[in-house]
Amino acid sequence: MTGFDGELRAGASRSSAMRRSATRYGPAVAAFVLVILLWEGITRLLGVETFVLAKPSEIMSSFIETWATVWGVGFRTLWEALGGFVIGVSAAVLTSFAAARWVGFREGMLPIAIAMNSMPIVALAPIFNNWFGSTNVFAKMSVAAVVVYFPVMINTTRGLLEVEPRELELMRSVAATPTETMRRVRIPHALPFFFASLKVASALSLIAAIVAEYFGGPQNVLGQYIINRANLFQFPDAWAAILVASLLGIAFYVVILVAERLAMPWHVSFREAE
Amino acid sequence: MTLVVEAKGLSKTFGTGDEAVRALSAIDLEMGQGDFISLIGPSGCGKSTLLRLIGDLARPTSGELSINGKSPHQARLDRDYGMVFQSATLLDWRTVRKNVELPLEIMDVPAAERSTRADQMLELVQLGQFAGHFPWQLSGGMQQRVAIARALAFRPALLLMDEPFGALDEMTRELMQQEVLRLWAETGTSVVFVTHSIPEAVFLSTRVLVMTPRPGTISDEIAIDLPSRRDLETRKNPRYFELITRVRDALRSHDS
Repeated sequence: MTGFDGELRAGASRSSAMRRSATRYGPAVAAFVLVILLWEGITRLLGVETFVLAKPSEIMSSFIETWATVWGVGFRTLWEALGGFVIGVSAAVLTSFAAARWVGFREGMLPIAIAMNSMPIVALAPIFNNWFGSTNVFAKMSVAAVVVYFPVMINTTRGLLEVEPRELELMRSVAATPTETMRRVRIPHALPFFFASLKVASALSLIAAIVAEYFGGPQNVLGQYIINRANLFQFPDAWAAILVASLLGIAFYVVILVAERLAMPWHVSFREAE
Repeated sequence: MTLVVEAKGLSKTFGTGDEAVRALSAIDLEMGQGDFISLIGPSGCGKSTLLRLIGDLARPTSGELSINGKSPHQARLDRDYGMVFQSATLLDWRTVRKNVELPLEIMDVPAAERSTRADQMLELVQLGQFAGHFPWQLSGGMQQRVAIARALAFRPALLLMDEPFGALDEMTRELMQQEVLRLWAETGTSVVFVTHSIPEAVFLSTRVLVMTPRPGTISDEIAIDLPSRRDLETRKNPRYFELITRVRDALRSHDS
């Protein structure tokens, strides 16, 4: 070693990482508890009616009482969302590869895709119900798939294309084929964009599935369950279902976060702070 | 013996009509095996463009250019070029070793040989113990040494360096120059080196080509007759200063 540039940025130890996560997540946990307490306190203090806003305590007791039912409908909705997510993401990735590979395809398709992205896609739900039959799970999956498709496709395509010109020249200088450049430069480069879009898509797919359910179909799903309980003035039950939807959304998000970390441990967002 | 680089009446124009910019005009260049040639000149003199033409990253507008007796395109397909840019251009998601292996992977070198070769190259640039690190864990000078190791890993006939040390501090820069000379002596490769720095050009080269802008041409050619072994003593050698002055005068004389 010549020693002139030997300073290495040392990684922090595990225990200090835990301490840091405590200081990082501490405020969020405290704020959450505070909001729940305020919610409970104010609704009690002002005597807010349950049909206007249920108290957290009422929601929790309903959540426990209807545990099996509400998770049952939750998982059916999650199945629709997941199915749509997988279909939408697969189609988006295939389109992105084609767009990155063929200029003609990119220039022809992307403007259309971006224009279609601004369309309120859940408005298509009644149409899909009509196509597939409102009881067919695929009617809901298609809505979720279309909703998921656009952000994933647009972001992934950007990631594949917005590569450092220097990196492309480097690949060119060693006579790499377009396929090799795709594999070794474009795809790794697109991963952060791809995962960012998946995080958005995970929430979107659940929203799309629930909204699509509001347009009719089987009764044993979150959307219909919420409508039915609300119609019966069982608002804590409806709120418990909303709680399940949120928990499923968070779990989905966390799964993607973990996948992201596994897929790109090198990424700047996971480096130890200095 | 075939010339490594042979250019006759080479020119490059960007754009057409009124917008046309003549970046290079009437470039003649002959470079033999083992030469170390520096291209020096003010910004916009076309030195990087000339390097890019040689490396087949751009096509000449007119003139002839051959690399080892082949077209630049064929030379690139034959992997005759090792390129080092001003930024190290390491891939963030690859370890240092994997970055050095990148060109070897593209050339379908078997995995075992790749890793042996990468280790050898990293030893050569004295970064053996950092093979498992990621690029962002290294300083700028170390990153640039990885880039050089990567460029030399497949033993290219010609090393093309475009202001490789432009972003480094003076201390690191001098050490890197020493390192490049050592690698050049050990590998016997030919080098085309683009730089802004007069002392750097003189210290490294067997020949310095002074370029002037609008349009970019080679205005002077200065043979560097310093002893082939160059070190700290060279930097104190009166001849070194004379040559620096000659290059500076050559650059100044076109400054109007």
